[in-house]
Parts: sequence; structure tokens; C-alpha cells
Amino acid sequence: MTDATFQNGQGLWTRLYYGKTLPILTVLAVVIVSWYAGAVYLNSDILISTYERTNVEWDAEKLVTDAWKMDRPILPAPHQIVAELNKTVFQKKITSKRSLVYHAWITTSATLLGFAFGGILGIMLAVGIVHVPTLDRSLMPWVIASQTIPILAIAPMIIVVLGNVGLTGTIPKSIISMYLCFFPITIGMVKGLRSPDVLQLDLMRTYSASPAQIFWKLRVPASVPYLFASLKVAVAISLVGAIVGELPTGAVAGIGARLLSGSYYGQTIQIWAALVVASALGMLLVYIVSLTEKIVMARMGGRI
Amino acid sequence: MQQAQTTGESVEPMIDAGKPVVEVNKLNLIFETPDAPVHALSDIDLTINAGEFVSFIGPSGCGKTTLMRVIADLEAPTSGQILVNGMTPSEAREKRAYGYVFQAPALYPWRTVQKNIMLPLEIMGLSKDEQLARMNKNLSLVNLEGFEKKFPWQLSGGMQQRVSIARALAVEPDLLLMDEPFGALDEITRDHLNEQLLRLWDQTGKTVVFVTHSIPESVFLSSKIVVMSPRPGKIIDIIDCNLPRDRTLDIRESPEFLEIAHRVREGLRAGHSYDD
Repeated sequence: MTDATFQNGQGLWTRLYYGKTLPILTVLAVVIVSWYAGAVYLNSDILISTYERTNVEWDAEKLVTDAWKMDRPILPAPHQIVAELNKTVFQKKITSKRSLVYHAWITTSATLLGFAFGGILGIMLAVGIVHVPTLDRSLMPWVIASQTIPILAIAPMIIVVLGNVGLTGTIPKSIISMYLCFFPITIGMVKGLRSPDVLQLDLMRTYSASPAQIFWKLRVPASVPYLFASLKVAVAISLVGAIVGELPTGAVAGIGARLLSGSYYGQTIQIWAALVVASALGMLLVYIVSLTEKIVMARMGGRI
Repeated sequence: MQQAQTTGESVEPMIDAGKPVVEVNKLNLIFETPDAPVHALSDIDLTINAGEFVSFIGPSGCGKTTLMRVIADLEAPTSGQILVNGMTPSEAREKRAYGYVFQAPALYPWRTVQKNIMLPLEIMGLSKDEQLARMNKNLSLVNLEGFEKKFPWQLSGGMQQRVSIARALAVEPDLLLMDEPFGALDEITRDHLNEQLLRLWDQTGKTVVFVTHSIPESVFLSSKIVVMSPRPGKIIDIIDCNLPRDRTLDIRESPEFLEIAHRVREGLRAGHSYDD
């Protein structure tokens, strides 16, 4: 191979070879192959005992085909999950209670509301902590302690308490989201608001700038990169919070409800389909935050 | 000599002495540190008159930057008196009596060149038109027309420092405080900016206080050189330097220039600046 071929090689294969696509596809292929193998291995016990009970003749080929089309497998094969997704995402009307899009929307609305609550709470706490030394000493330990409580333990309590005062539906779920997602925002914003260096602060002092001017013209813009790093983490765990909030209540709608009803009735395919939708939703939310970050940073002179 | 004093010999009377802008009298500054107090400034006496270009020169730790920071009200003296425009430094700072140029450009990376220069003007609450007018005027003063919309990282180090000078000038102060503004730049850029700065001083008639540790730079730029020495930070010698105002870089080979440079070096040696 010479340098010339290297440079001229703008063809598909070169781009595949040097780009990210091929490595990602390779990993995907490995995952899918091991998945199919795993499905056979995990589902074979049940199948074999069924064959023996019903005196069915069987061989390896029959075992493999049956393992990949069970109704309630231990581990469903990828194509079964794809078929379930096709059925519940594309074939159903999105207003139907059987549509995953409908359930995803229920969870998303709680996620976004909780994300907004968490954002506001997180930023307000950070502003207080940075500007008031007493708050720095009194609040910070509590902020950290709040995250040491297992969310699975406190989520039912929040649902019960809020239900008692008449709050049901989206609000309690978003409160759980908020509880999880304010934390990275507070930590990131405290760091961001404190990020201006001595020189940048001295400059403001030479202008006799007021504390409000220092805040808006220096601390806030300096904190933006930190804020976005936090928001990406926060939006992902906000989704986790909303799903966790749907589990203990026996909620009738939402991704969490699908997971719960799937596990009640041993509908593993339904659980996996809901999981795929949940992770796709998480990726979409993080992607939207990243995109916003790119646009904002470009306007703020970031190197793209 | 331990005491700071103006050495009278070979000093011609200043052509235009002007009124005093900075008056420092028996000023001391002691930093309390965990180990031992550090005597950063010891019995400083100094008068800077309107229209002068005064350089503080000395090795690291001689207090030249600290003295400048006291003038700017970024440090408070432990004892002694200091007046800036006849006011205390903090009153002078609140009246925005000076523009300060730091060792690094200290541009805000999220602001364009234009917005960086307009930052102090926004804080002063000037009208948008006035902000733009002053920005344009000072940007052309540092020869950077056309760079308004660039972000700091798109400029070279020398250009960034020129933007920071334009930003300091935009406040329209009579006093310009410059703390080793060209210290981080290569020598060719530095020579070029020195010439530009001299033009600027000549055109605007501002009073400039300039911290440096380069002997040629201080002699080339200044009308008065304050030689300082460390531990404790004090003034060793004050040298008048009356090279013609329209001097160019060539003057650095002239006998007058070399003689003043020699005197500065003698002053530094007397202050044990060359000791190990």
C-alpha cells in the first residue's frame, strides 16, 4: 500500500474502515450472535423438560428453532423483540393503551417535568451555595446525603405521601425524577459558577462591577459548559426516576407499567421491548441535550 | 541606599511635569502567610505625574506588581498613604479612574472581540451607540479593524493582548496600568507592540504605569524608570529617561539609551538583584 492509494481511497470501504461505522457494526454483530446463542442455552432447559413430559421426538435443530420462537422465553431472540416492537410501536394507533408510543409518552412527560423541576432546583441550590457561605456549609452535606438514600426505597414513600395530599399521576413521578436529577446539576453548577479565575474576577473588580453584573456577565456564561455536562447526566437519570416512579404504584400507563405487567405475566418479550424503547428514549433525550449544547456553545465561540 | 528617594543627579526638569496622578507616601504592605509575614512593600515613596510613562522594573518578588495592584485597589496597604487623582484608591476605582491591562489578555472566551471591548462599557451602563463608537475607535487605535466578530481563540497572543489594551482604553481613563502586558509574547511581537504602545501614549497623552522585568523595554518606553529590589520590596532608584518622544527601535543602539540601560542595571545590582 502506498500513500497515494491511501489518499485516493475515498470509497465506501475506506470510509467504513477508518470511520466509526464498521467498529460499531462489528460489536453489534458479536452481540447479536451471542444473543441468539444465549437464547438457545437459556431456553433449552424448559424446552427439553416439555419435550420429555409430552414425549416429543426432538433433535438439536428442533431445539434451536423452538428456542427462538417461544411465547414466554427466559431470553427472547432479537427478532422476537423486533417483531414485538413493530407490533406495539408501528402497528398500533398511538392513542391505544397497547401502543408503546403511548406508554413512552406518559413516561417522557413525567421525565421532562421532573427534569425541569430538577434543573430549577439544582441551579437555585448552586447559586445559593456559591453566594452564601452559610448555605455552602449547611446545604452541601445534605445535598450529598440525599443521594445516599436508595431511590427504590424512597420512591414508594413519595408516591404514598403525595397521593395522600391528592397528588397523583405525573407530578409524583416527576418529583422522583427531580430528586435524582437535581444532584448532578447542583454539583456541576457549583463548579461552573466558581470556575472564573482570579484574573477574570480582578478584571470585574477594576470595572467596579456590581455582584449582579459579575454573576450575569461572568459566572453564568463561565458555567454553561459545566451545566450542559450535568444536564446530559441529569436527563438520563430523570428518565430512570420516572420509570422507577411507575413501578411501586402499579401504574396503568408508562414504560414502568409495561415492565411491571410484563413481569407479572411472564411476558419477557414485552419487557424487552419496553427496555429497548426506554433506552432509545434515553438516547434521544441525551442527544437533544447534546444538540442544544452544540448550538449554544457555537454561539458562545466554542471550537466546533 | 535602603531608603527610596529620587536621585537628583543628571535630571533635567521635566518639560511638562503635570499634576500628580499617583502619590505614594511611606507605604508598607505586609502579607500574612502561615510561615511568616512577607514584607512585600517597604516604605515606598513615589509620585507619578500626569502624562508620564513610568516603568517599575525589578526581579520577581520585588513587589512591582503588588505596588501596581495597590494603585488599582486590588490590594490594600498595611500602612502609609496613597492617593490616586487625589482620592483613595477605592474611590478612584469606583470612579473608573484607570484601565488595567493584565499579564494575560484575560479576554472572556465566550465574547467576540467587539463584545469583550464593550464589557466595561456595558457595566458602566453606556448607551449601545456610545459603546459601539468607543469600541470602533479603540479597535482602530490598536490596528485591529475587521476583527470585531472574531472570538479570542481565533487571534494570536499578540492580537489578544492588543484587544485587552483596547478594552482598557475604551473606559477612557487618564491612567493606564499595565502589568507585564507583553511578558508572554515573543521578542519580535513585543518590539512591534512596544512601538505601537509608544505611539499610543504620544497620541493620547495618557499617564502610563508599566511593570516589566526587561531592561531594554523599560528604557525604550519610559519617561521615568523605578528600579525595585526584593525582600523587602523597595525602591532602589528612580531614573529619568528623556529620550525623544518620537523614538523608534533604532534608538536602542544609541549611547544615551545604553547609558540609561547601564544605570538601570547598576540599580538592580545595588539592590542585590543579581545575587544568588
